[in-house]
Amino acid sequence: MTPLVRGLLVFGFAAAVIYPFLVPNYLVNIAMLMFFTAFIGQSWNISGGFAGQTSFGHAVFFGVGAYTSTILQVTHGWNAWLAWPASMAMGGAVGCMIAMLSFRAGLKGSYFALITLAFAEVFRILANSVGFTRGGLGMLIKADQRPENFQFKDSIWIYYLAFALCIVSLLIAWQLTRSRFGARLVAIRENEDAARALGIDVFTEKVKVLTLSGAMCAAGGTFYAQKYLYIDPSIAFGIDKSVEMLLVTMVGGAGTIFGPLIGSVALTFINEATRWVASAVPALKNVQPLSLIVYGIMLMLIVARLPDGLMSLFAAKVLGRKQRHA
Amino acid sequence: MLEVRELSKSFGGLKAVDKASLDVRQGEIVALIGPNGAGKTTLFAAIAGFHRPDTGRVALDGRDITGLPPHKICAAGMVRTFQITQPFAKISVRDNIMVGAYLASPDRGLARKLAEAVAAQVGMEDQLDQMGADLTVAGRKRLELARALATGPRLLLLDEVMAGLNPSEIVDIVAVIKGIAKAGVTVLLIEHVMQAVTSLAERVYVLNQGRMIAEGTPAGIANNPEVVEAYLGHGAAKVLRA
Repeated sequence: MTPLVRGLLVFGFAAAVIYPFLVPNYLVNIAMLMFFTAFIGQSWNISGGFAGQTSFGHAVFFGVGAYTSTILQVTHGWNAWLAWPASMAMGGAVGCMIAMLSFRAGLKGSYFALITLAFAEVFRILANSVGFTRGGLGMLIKADQRPENFQFKDSIWIYYLAFALCIVSLLIAWQLTRSRFGARLVAIRENEDAARALGIDVFTEKVKVLTLSGAMCAAGGTFYAQKYLYIDPSIAFGIDKSVEMLLVTMVGGAGTIFGPLIGSVALTFINEATRWVASAVPALKNVQPLSLIVYGIMLMLIVARLPDGLMSLFAAKVLGRKQRHA
Repeated sequence: MLEVRELSKSFGGLKAVDKASLDVRQGEIVALIGPNGAGKTTLFAAIAGFHRPDTGRVALDGRDITGLPPHKICAAGMVRTFQITQPFAKISVRDNIMVGAYLASPDRGLARKLAEAVAAQVGMEDQLDQMGADLTVAGRKRLELARALATGPRLLLLDEVMAGLNPSEIVDIVAVIKGIAKAGVTVLLIEHVMQAVTSLAERVYVLNQGRMIAEGTPAGIANNPEVVEAYLGHGAAKVLRA
């Protein structure tokens, strides 16, 4: 790690810590969402970016996490903090199951992406129709704003929690760049046959990574449910969440440590800027939401001009090198 | 060390390999030659676990490994390279080789050290930081060799590591393979470059249309009429003798 990178990290960390004391509440909230999106983006990045198993349906893990902890709380009276690890375990189990089914069947690339999309849709429809999720009505968590309930009166705490999650996810990704497991995932992404020839049990490694990714993403689902105290099938399993995770990672740089965070910062900025432009320019009043149009254009530009994401720009300009690994 | 008995593999109606048998003894360099489409690569893939043989048996050190998946065969000490090189394009040469080196131990420092030692062994010590995608053909062939070697094999299956190389590069890589064999690794190689076969191999197997048609020393094989006809067509041996 060069001194410049270390300096940037320390500065970024310090800025994030004092940030909520310097800005109005709604900006704290926006930054909280930004870290949260970076976190769930990282969960996608671990399987989609590092291991190259592109998923269009990560919302399935997000939703399983949100519903698991909410059902345990609302129906079975669990404490939310206790329900959190349970929801991660459930997300991991679903990841493991989907991986076993699809990788045993030899699904790769776009076929795998489609099957994950199908799983998310099946779960959405199930959540809409079975009894214990209360169907399309959704589930309300009773507001009781005490820290021991995983609910906070002051939004500063939920901000710090999102920030902590983001840091944990960065550490996990960093660990992947310097461990055997991570090296094997990258090998599988780059060339499965070669990976197999070099002694890698490709099936097992893929199941492991989707289990990890599913557990992380489910943790995000619980966090979301605790923040908004309400979930329904389309919030939890909707395609929007899947796209969001994929988008921030692709924009920032798939398979890099900071890709999801950079992507999340960029998209949050665009989101706010377009909202401001839409309200300031009368001609754009009815173009709603403008941000989605800008996202679309941006994704096209990234895919065409910068396939390794914004991170590659950053790496080339600031670090003066081309490698995509830290 | 390696024992292949009556191995057959068909794709649809085509018999790619038809009851082929071969033996490789500890410490040997053995070559497998044959005209294009003879089934050499299919035989390799079946030995290394990439294709499940229809019939027949493969044994490594007396242990039956027929139909085991490649990663288990690799762990048992036999590893293959690919004729069409398969570098991990977006990572460095060092990281490429480390993937192989990680087989022995999850320790990053050890894997790195081993990868660098192997790179030196195949003459890639100055290219450690290059991306896999940026290598020349010769570099990619060496990388195939290095990655395989880093898994610490006792038997190395090399599929045309010299195809596409110029004469001086061939001389270099022949020396590298000799060095590997001297270090105690047994080698079975598929090769078209006869100059390399004669200078490396102690014994040669000839495969034609899926069947093993000859076995012997490089000199003996070159004078075998059946082998000459396999390459040049029916009646060629007679014409040449005349």
